[in-house]
Amino acid sequence: MTAYIEPMIGRYAHVDIDGTTHRIYFEEAGQGIPLVCLHTAGSDNRQWRYLLADEEFTRHYRIIAFDLPWHGKSNPPANWDGSEYQLTTKRYTQTIRAFCAALDLDKPVVMGCSIGGRIVLNLAIDHASEFRALIGLEAADFQAPWYDTAWLNRPDVHGGEVCAALVSGLVAPQSPPEARMETLWAYKQGGPGVFKGDLYFYRVDGDLRGRTAAIDTTTCPLYLLTGEYDFSCSPEDTVRTASGITGAEVTVMEALGHFPMSENPAQFRRYIAPVLETIKQKHSS
Amino acid sequence: MKKSDPVSATFEQLPALLERDAALIQRGRFLDVDCLLGSTEQGWHVAIRAGRITGMVPAPVLMRSWTFGYRATPEAWTAFWQPMPKAGWHDLLSLTKRGAATLEGDIKPFMTHLQYFKDLLALPRNAGGIA
Repeated sequence: MTAYIEPMIGRYAHVDIDGTTHRIYFEEAGQGIPLVCLHTAGSDNRQWRYLLADEEFTRHYRIIAFDLPWHGKSNPPANWDGSEYQLTTKRYTQTIRAFCAALDLDKPVVMGCSIGGRIVLNLAIDHASEFRALIGLEAADFQAPWYDTAWLNRPDVHGGEVCAALVSGLVAPQSPPEARMETLWAYKQGGPGVFKGDLYFYRVDGDLRGRTAAIDTTTCPLYLLTGEYDFSCSPEDTVRTASGITGAEVTVMEALGHFPMSENPAQFRRYIAPVLETIKQKHSS
Repeated sequence: MKKSDPVSATFEQLPALLERDAALIQRGRFLDVDCLLGSTEQGWHVAIRAGRITGMVPAPVLMRSWTFGYRATPEAWTAFWQPMPKAGWHDLLSLTKRGAATLEGDIKPFMTHLQYFKDLLALPRNAGGIA
């Protein structure tokens, strides 16, 4: 029997980020409007595999999902000395812009989830003219902490187990069991301290309160979609954030949690398809 | 009848429900802890050894110590145990975030075996909900 081979291809790009070369792994499928997808903290680009395999979307979009350095198949840079990984707002922004420039993408759409949703807001604040549209999933300018991140990286507690267990409640109960387990598996596989390092951006360095009013959605449309079961970045957090951004479009997604694209791809599709269709129509008009 | 009575009746089922779940016992095989679980109206001293509940008595027992305590309001447990809980009432930590539950004491055993406790305390959900 001939194997079913999925359409996405994976490659490595050598990307200069702030003077250091990083070997970035990315997967892509389709052609058309470039759509760069950002994974959640502590995970990797496998979260986007259903989108990458969607024939309807890839007819009009070149969908690209990359692993942040230290995540998935993007190793730490060669000059890493083993010191603690820590993601900052500046570094995250540099990484996305450097990756898009390295692939010579023409005004891409960027869609990010969780920390990816937060950084999308920062892209909208500081670099809107570089993007065709921005989509923030589980995005807010700030949200109240609900656990001590010190638990995520200590030698006497299994990092993968506690990382996965902490976020397991962010998956909506309606999500298919196999998609739930696959979503959590990535958390079990993350490198030591990487999830915690990502949350430095989320909890400490990336508080965007007071800055989002500067977003100009006439320069770059902004779409914010949040799952009703996400109690980390709750719908209220997203609605509050959007209320201060003229023109931002908000959708609360039923039966979804913090990982919509991987925890329940079919349900997510119902919400993201109209957004991608709108962007496509604006592009062609 | 106190609000906590149906909740307590459901808690009393926990040892039997756990005994039916070999995989959960296996996951907790390195867990030995004395903890306080239950509602804000009625707690239980729960002894866990090698992932099994070996003792469970209503609190308070005078001068009995516990390592950590997780207690939620009766309303929170009732919502948590619904077959399809509403958003915000579906996870132990969503309950603590919203102030409907407290987690106190030395929580290291709880965090080390976090998914075990989440699954243990959700067992009534799959067993028909609250008694």
